[in-house]
Amino acid sequence: MSDHDHHDEGNGISRRRVLECMTWAGTGVLWTVTGGVPHSLGMVGSAQAAEAKAMTFLQISDSHVGFDKPANPNALGTLEEAINKVKAMPAKPSFMIHTGDITHLSKVEEFDNAERIISQAKLDVHYVPGEHDFIDEEVKLYKERYGKGTKGAGWYSFDAGGVHFVGLVNVVDLKGGGLGNLGAEQLEWLEDDLKGKSKSTPIVLFAHIPLWTVYPQWGWGTEDGGRALEYVKGFGSVTVLNGHIHQVMQKVEGNVTFHTARSTAFPQPAPGSAPSPGPMKVEDSKLRTMLGVASINFKQNNQPLAIIDTPLVG
Amino acid sequence: MISTTLRSLGLAIAAAMLLLVNFAGAEDAKVENAKVEDTKVMIDNFTFEPVQLTVKVGTTVTWTNRDDIPHTVVSAGKFRSKTMDTDGTFSFTFTTAGDYKYFCSLHPHMTGTVKVE
Repeated sequence: MSDHDHHDEGNGISRRRVLECMTWAGTGVLWTVTGGVPHSLGMVGSAQAAEAKAMTFLQISDSHVGFDKPANPNALGTLEEAINKVKAMPAKPSFMIHTGDITHLSKVEEFDNAERIISQAKLDVHYVPGEHDFIDEEVKLYKERYGKGTKGAGWYSFDAGGVHFVGLVNVVDLKGGGLGNLGAEQLEWLEDDLKGKSKSTPIVLFAHIPLWTVYPQWGWGTEDGGRALEYVKGFGSVTVLNGHIHQVMQKVEGNVTFHTARSTAFPQPAPGSAPSPGPMKVEDSKLRTMLGVASINFKQNNQPLAIIDTPLVG
Repeated sequence: MISTTLRSLGLAIAAAMLLLVNFAGAEDAKVENAKVEDTKVMIDNFTFEPVQLTVKVGTTVTWTNRDDIPHTVVSAGKFRSKTMDTDGTFSFTFTTAGDYKYFCSLHPHMTGTVKVE
């Protein structure tokens, strides 16, 4: 297999190299599908967005509405800034996906505020939950709002622009000492869901916690994510979109492109670069410089990924 | 008469002194109990400190979350905290001896053990 791993520890690439491969907090990632292959067009607001052809969609993640700690005392405000960028886009995307941690503490007002801001984009939004969206006492608020027509804890699939999208939930029933978890029921459903699909159908899997193992020491991976990836092996084009780690990380492995999105709330440190994966406090002036700092371009045929810094401020 | 009164007064003073001594004793006992029966586990940087704790039966353990991210403390079938935001606490009194493995249900790589003897 002609693997290209941007930061494969097995290849002995240094932490410095890993850091070079990553960029920080941003607004959203614009995706387009041409010729059946999804490409990231870069950060919202970059000039490339205007070139969007065919179907485009947007990914936002980890808005953590309600978060008010030093790393960003106004997470709702930065979400609003991100949504304002979306509204100002010259080419309107078809829809948006949100890869979880909509709220910080699953409070009613946090869900309300998130909805109030995100709905201003006037786009359909397909959500998957993060672990922060399931911590209300009765664990019902997320499902009441976003669970209609979904299975189990909230997984589902839909088709758009010739692409088959699958939203997965890997934040429930987590086991002590383990990572993210899809569970047998969901995996069975996924296998079944993909069964009738032509192998030429482009597949997009999206879930909160990375489906690939990014850094198990910090829980950044999914215990049974490998099983899900088995089911998409035969497909010509597979894109896996995740959040949770509040930074961009990408890897291309055979037919599968992995990508994690920035948070709209606060950055988290690079794997192993801090004592914990907790919110990373940066200078106030720097936070917004980091927002929307990078454009990400996926290239066809397993070519290396291009990450270009395009700061919105400064 | 006088001597009786004096004697009564003397007894009263003695009784008062005894009471004082008793109060002091009670205070000492309380401090002693605090040392033995209330034990704290701090959550800092996504880790439990101490990660392994040995306590006597009847001990109350209190977890305090000092991270900017919420955490929980869950021991399957034994105890389950609500979500603790920053500075949130959870207490559990261990009434049965045994090893209690627990973890954070939001960040399951965070694990700890309470050994109750």
